[in-house]
Amino acid sequence: MRYIRPLSIEDAAGLLAGSAGTAAILAGGSDLLVRMKGGFIEPDLIVDIKAIDGLGEIRETAEGFSIGAAVPCAVLGENTALQKAWPGVVEAAKLIGSKQVQGRCTIVGNLCNASPAADSVPALVAAGAKAVVVGPGTRRTIAVEAVPTGPGKTSLAKGEIVEAILLDSRLPRSGDAYLRFIPRTEMDIAVVSAGVNLTLDEQGRVKSARLALGAVAPTVILVEEAAEVLIGSKLDEATLERLAKVCSGACRPIDDKRGTIEFRRKVAGVLAKRAATTAYARAGGK
Amino acid sequence: MNFDPRYSGRNFTSVGTRPIRPDGVDKVTGRARYGADFNMAGQLVGRVLRSPHAHATIRKIDTSKAEKLAGVKAVITAADLPDLTDGDAAMYDILDNCMARKKALYDGHAVAAVAAVDARTARQALKLIEVDYEVLPHVTDVDEAMKHSAPLINDAIFTEGLEQKPVKPSNVTKRTQYGHGDIHEGFGQADFVVERSFKTEQTHQGYIEPHACVANVSSDGTADLWVCTQGHFVYRQHCAQLLGMEASKLRVTSSEIGGGFGGKTHVWAEPVALALSRKAGRPVKLVMTRDEVFRASGPTSATSIDVRIGARKDGTITAAEATLRYSCGPYAGTWAEIGAMTAFACYKLENVRTVGYEVLVNRPKTAAYRAPSAPMAAFAVESAVDELAKEIGMDPVEFRIRNAAQEGTRSSYGPVYGPIGIGPTLEAVKNHPHMKAPLGKNQGRGMACGFWFNFGGQTCTDLNIGMDGSVSLAVGTVDVGGSRASLSLVAAEELGIPYEQIKAVVADTSSLGYNDMTDGSRGTFSSSMATISAARNAIKVLRERAAQMWDIPVDDVVWEKGHAIAKGEKYDNLAALSLKEIAAASGKTGGPIAGHSELVADGAGVSFATHICDIEVDPETGSTRVLRYTVVQDAGKAVHPTYVEGQYQGGAAQGIGWALNEEYIYGKDGRLQNPGFLDYRIPVCSDLPMIDTQILEIPNPNHPYGVRGVGETSIVPPLAAIANAVSNAAGVRMTHIPMSPPRILAAIEAERGG
Repeated sequence: MRYIRPLSIEDAAGLLAGSAGTAAILAGGSDLLVRMKGGFIEPDLIVDIKAIDGLGEIRETAEGFSIGAAVPCAVLGENTALQKAWPGVVEAAKLIGSKQVQGRCTIVGNLCNASPAADSVPALVAAGAKAVVVGPGTRRTIAVEAVPTGPGKTSLAKGEIVEAILLDSRLPRSGDAYLRFIPRTEMDIAVVSAGVNLTLDEQGRVKSARLALGAVAPTVILVEEAAEVLIGSKLDEATLERLAKVCSGACRPIDDKRGTIEFRRKVAGVLAKRAATTAYARAGGK
Repeated sequence: MNFDPRYSGRNFTSVGTRPIRPDGVDKVTGRARYGADFNMAGQLVGRVLRSPHAHATIRKIDTSKAEKLAGVKAVITAADLPDLTDGDAAMYDILDNCMARKKALYDGHAVAAVAAVDARTARQALKLIEVDYEVLPHVTDVDEAMKHSAPLINDAIFTEGLEQKPVKPSNVTKRTQYGHGDIHEGFGQADFVVERSFKTEQTHQGYIEPHACVANVSSDGTADLWVCTQGHFVYRQHCAQLLGMEASKLRVTSSEIGGGFGGKTHVWAEPVALALSRKAGRPVKLVMTRDEVFRASGPTSATSIDVRIGARKDGTITAAEATLRYSCGPYAGTWAEIGAMTAFACYKLENVRTVGYEVLVNRPKTAAYRAPSAPMAAFAVESAVDELAKEIGMDPVEFRIRNAAQEGTRSSYGPVYGPIGIGPTLEAVKNHPHMKAPLGKNQGRGMACGFWFNFGGQTCTDLNIGMDGSVSLAVGTVDVGGSRASLSLVAAEELGIPYEQIKAVVADTSSLGYNDMTDGSRGTFSSSMATISAARNAIKVLRERAAQMWDIPVDDVVWEKGHAIAKGEKYDNLAALSLKEIAAASGKTGGPIAGHSELVADGAGVSFATHICDIEVDPETGSTRVLRYTVVQDAGKAVHPTYVEGQYQGGAAQGIGWALNEEYIYGKDGRLQNPGFLDYRIPVCSDLPMIDTQILEIPNPNHPYGVRGVGETSIVPPLAAIANAVSNAAGVRMTHIPMSPPRILAAIEAERGG
């Protein structure tokens, strides 16, 4: 096993592209090291990206925020501007694992681990976040929902690294929220989750909306019909009931050790209602 | 030995106080040595190869490639642990469970093991062992396993306890029955009858420390074993018997223990580690991973229970009946029998009958888990009792008080009770402010009672007084919950000296006579009896030495408050001699001063508890939150009240996890789906409220201080108390444990739909 700590993203991409056996990227290591210790994987090459310039930073730009691939989730919560603009994204990142895990884990790792139950991903999809993907001599920006393609699988080509996550700067009267269902109070994995992002018009009606569900399909899903239900409303009781129905219907869940199909469908609707209500209040809706 | 164990009322000086435990500082600073913290020069790493199949014949094991791998020092299979059990069926089962002989009987069953110079080599070696399996049909569900069509796990098993010896083999190893009176007549007198069926899923003790040991077999045939266990003397006997050694040649030292709860009363890895060390000629450390602990140690039974109880309008129970089916894993057990004995033990019943069925399944061998078998039986019975009270229109506490067992009641399992605590715990609950606190929307309150036998058993203790007057107390019961502190208090009480002057240790198997293990809530009960006896023997010696120092008859010397006192007017001018003074002179008065004790602690007083619980249920998701929890339990006499409270709280915490989320989940392939703490959900701190406790003290007549065991009873009522609370909050009777959110939501939806 080789461990390399490159100083540039180009070197990192080159090492990954040129590796003969299995290669893994190490940022926080909260997935990789656990899987290695459990004996599930034995990578031939580990590329540690934490020493790469800029990857450990959150930058505020004219367009919004750029969150580097090596920024631990705990740091997201300490960034006041980010917390104010995207409270739903931050609360999702701060639900991953435990306090100790949040000191290491990253939202890019959470995205590229490609679990349908990843906590930060529904919030990022709802937020319309984008991923900056760097390969050997290439650089492209894609929607975050285009990264995971199924459990443990991504659309990234060999040698490609997600360098950063981009979030837009906030329009007025906007709010987002994330909720997940776990049987415990913490230290758990989402059985169902929902991220909602809303912008209101001056009358307090929903002008634009994005809603994503987690752990109810092979990937996090963006529920476009949910946006249609929400737009134009003030989240009255009837709208919320329609929203729940649409979200339950959009699920394609499985029965497994964490929950049943019926349970996931039902609770997806409940969480969608509750997350939408919180996002609406954060956007200033009454 | 003419030790009188009977209770005599007295005022205590040390007993009942709350000093810091002697093992506390080392534990909080990380100095304490647990099972995996012991190391020896030249030690090898042991690893076990486990069956991926729930049920399979082992046709052949080829270890040749593994043996050739550089760094591998020994590879063993069942052939290296020959059958020396000489017709002892229970020991044969232990042997077969340590290393599968002909068939792998569950996912995780050990089939081979290696010892290598490092963990990586050991892991590689396991991959090189080739096992040729013939996969057989399996069964993991207790009800499915009882069907005639179920795959047979052991074709030599014919159900015992039936009127006629069966002609066909079965997965039911035994039927047992308890009770008295005529239940048909009793049900005939009933105005109300409740009949329900219940299920509970299999749970694990969830101890944080995995099994770990270091074995060192010398070329002269003697051996040392350093191990995390609840009973090092029992481990010595079992290991010696399985390996063909004389017990005294095997010295077993127990480490500090990171939880056992009954799960560290059985050998699994230890005979394997010894066999590896014997073959390799070097020390071997074997530490189980968490995955191995879940798959291949000893969880408790999964159960299926039917209950029927009838009562008159006035609230008197006229008849009670239960049929209990408990899974045993692939080897015979007595788990349903214990359930059948405990089910109705809280009540005074004229007509009662319980029937237990022991059922084999392709799951790991069931082991004890804190009051083993009682929580599931209590869940079924106390749920039905609650429902019956509701049907009659009586308060559930009043209904239980009306039917509670008393001194002189013939218990449902046979014996007649002495003074017991069920009535007092119910009265205390009735008057507890918790019962009167207001409840909010979607909140419910439940209460339930629980019983446990408690155990005494063989115990041996030494008390040695140093020349500086400090006292070492060597006990043979492993300290699982603060017993070194409690036993030091008892020694201080008897000798009349400060607690700080005593140091208690758990001695190894070569330093003391045989001790039964720390189970049955016996640690403090039995070892305190032996400590009292040893201290009294030491006091006899101290009096003799004082008499010698004064040159007066020993009958004129009494022991009071840590001093020898010459009684009678003629000795008025003699100053009392302190323990320290007598000890300092001991070299000239006959040598070291010690007290020894060996006894069978009979008369462990039965124990009762009543719990109250408030739960909030989210009716849209089935999510639950424990809002408030109160434990009321009889301790006989609380030697160290803080650690008694700790036992009450710990039992309640484990019960809360079991009731709400913990369960073994098997796939259709017979493999365990959740062998880790991520998906086997024990409660985390934020899942639990502060658990309030109330200690009652109804003295046990068979112990000098009135002590009863306290460790286990506290896990008996929670399943039922929480089920009653959830049922009240959700408006639907919950009959399947754990009451996980999907089960609660499905029950609420079914109720709404129906």
